[in-house]
Amino acid sequence: MSEATTIEKPDLKIDQDEGNFSYPEDYAFNAGTGLTEQTIDYICDTKEDPDWVREFRKKALKIFREKPLPTHWASKDLESIHFDDFRYYLSKGAKPKRTWDEVPDDVKRTFERLGIPEKERAFLAGVEAQFDSEAAYSNIKKAVADQGVIFVGSREGLKDHPEIFKKWFGKVIPTADNKFSALNSAVFSGGSFIYVPKGVKVKHPLQAYFRINAENFGQFERTLIIVDEGAELTYMEGCTAPKFDSVTLHSAVVELVAMKGAKLQYITVQNWSPNVFNLVTKRGLAHEESEIKWIDCNIGSRLTMKYPGVILKGRKARGEVLSIALANNGQHQDTGAKMIHAADETTSNIISKSISIGSGRATYRGLVHIPRHLKGCKNNTECDALLINTESRTDTYPAIVTRGEGNSVQHEASVSKVSAEQIFYMQQRGLSEGQAMSLSVNGFVNELVRQFPMEYSVELKRLIDLEMEGSVG
Amino acid sequence: MKNALEIKGLKVSIQGTEILHGLNLTVPQGEVHAIMGKNGSGKSTLAKVMAGHPDYEVTGGDVLLDGKTILGLEPDVRARAGLFLAFQYPSEIPGVTIANFMRAALNARRPEGQEIDAVEYYQELYKKMDLLKIDRSFTSRAVNDGFSGGEKKRNEILQMAMLEPKYAVLDETDSGLDIDALKVVSHGVNSLRGPKLGILVITHYQRLLDYIVPDVVHVMVAGQIVKSGPKELALEMEKKGYDWVENLAAV
Repeated sequence: MSEATTIEKPDLKIDQDEGNFSYPEDYAFNAGTGLTEQTIDYICDTKEDPDWVREFRKKALKIFREKPLPTHWASKDLESIHFDDFRYYLSKGAKPKRTWDEVPDDVKRTFERLGIPEKERAFLAGVEAQFDSEAAYSNIKKAVADQGVIFVGSREGLKDHPEIFKKWFGKVIPTADNKFSALNSAVFSGGSFIYVPKGVKVKHPLQAYFRINAENFGQFERTLIIVDEGAELTYMEGCTAPKFDSVTLHSAVVELVAMKGAKLQYITVQNWSPNVFNLVTKRGLAHEESEIKWIDCNIGSRLTMKYPGVILKGRKARGEVLSIALANNGQHQDTGAKMIHAADETTSNIISKSISIGSGRATYRGLVHIPRHLKGCKNNTECDALLINTESRTDTYPAIVTRGEGNSVQHEASVSKVSAEQIFYMQQRGLSEGQAMSLSVNGFVNELVRQFPMEYSVELKRLIDLEMEGSVG
Repeated sequence: MKNALEIKGLKVSIQGTEILHGLNLTVPQGEVHAIMGKNGSGKSTLAKVMAGHPDYEVTGGDVLLDGKTILGLEPDVRARAGLFLAFQYPSEIPGVTIANFMRAALNARRPEGQEIDAVEYYQELYKKMDLLKIDRSFTSRAVNDGFSGGEKKRNEILQMAMLEPKYAVLDETDSGLDIDALKVVSHGVNSLRGPKLGILVITHYQRLLDYIVPDVVHVMVAGQIVKSGPKELALEMEKKGYDWVENLAAV
């Protein structure tokens, strides 16, 4: 969204950029600016971490310091992140509330403005609402909890359920996977820990909402979801932050585990403000005949680098990434998918749709790996890019490594443009320029969005409309 | 002038080259006017300029809709004021169905929060489609995406029927149509004729005017109207050719 738009239409400011508000800071716990061993100790002391977590964090800090930024292939813009300028832990208290009435007023108002309690009542099985470093609210419907489903924050997960937590934590995404997974491992706070017992099919989605309120701050939630044999779960996450002049960092690690025959769907709708660096590592481990599906929608942020992946570990496991990225003026969406086939008859599907507007830039980076000894593996990759006006650029780097016979890979890519003639045509029918662009974009993603759960496709359409309205003029 | 689409001394350039040199034309509501002209005479330029295409620069004159100038207004504002252009080459909008597109266009004409009722909308849409002999499956197809020439033109007239403009400009609506498609499209246009609609038919050939019979025929040569007359003028043009009037332009 351009500055000019905000100034010209001040009355529309909230509608166009609904996450763009913040409340004055009032934190009981603040680790201060910069990242040292003392920062880690402060976080551990505040959270009352067990010793093994303190050691885990300190080891991760060392790895983080040793690892270089991935600048040989990634955006140079990463170099403008000054790690010493951030605050790594801000909270009003480590323990989340079970009812909205107990949540501090300004935090409660924040989530009310974002419609979270309303959605919880309407269609969710449980909600966790994170405000900066910690969840302010966390609740699961009784009927779901009674089935043995665990839905808590990472802090409660590692303390109260160590037997499940420790088994998988850091196993899908090792600390040293990349610089940002190491950073997260050092300072992680918040995020969800979910366990769905064997055979339990959670009917309604569990949702987490990640809200950044503070300036010069980094949010590092850590999510671990384990869906046991034959169980099913849909998890949704939403994110927003106010627009500050300074840089905000969001660097999550999300690990998913689907046991034999389990189904896990992870849905992200992020609507970050344009000062956020969003550098997230997300990966799932799919056992025999299980299915992991990432639905990943990236709107906003200054730079997003995110490549959800699935390791297809068991026979007939299935992985899917359906992603939509919208890069508006000044933004770079560097997104994609990774499919690591590690067993026979595993299948993967990647559909990526990107939209670049103005000086916005969208990059697709894919990795599909099928080793020689495997049989009957299949991958389908489709990447479609839509360009709106001539400054936009898009790049596709689909690395597909297939060895051996009896495996099949299919790759399609397309680039199309919203032309001036197309916009003129639609305007001639009475639609404003913004409405016309919005309709074109919705048309472009339509077929994909139809595969999303309904509540989610409505939300996405609304965000696209707001984003397109704001991109005109 | 109230109840008329007026073009007064209109001068238009594209990239510094003047294409319309002070054109005058008035289409009152309730009448059908035709502009005949060869390729390159400026017919399509006129259509696009009226609709507000950004590539053209108006260097003089005025275009008035019911007495109010529409020059300088955004294309969508002109459209909502009651001006419709049936495109010679309609754009494709992948992924957007005709039903959704038309509904968005109708809603754009209504105040926020008073969107058209779905049942009412489909009743109206099906009625207009029957009129134009358009199959129901048409509504779920993406706008003009993979359409034949005839389908595209029928879609234009369907939109005109749905949007109920005060003035409609039909730019070479006959181009690319076989005789059967031409009859269907003409039948559609004729069924929309009435006291509340002014139509300006732009065509290269007289053939279309056998089916959409105009009240007045104008002949356009090199960016100007050189001759106007009753419907018989179209037949005369067909017989004598454009050479006959080209001399008039030079005067």
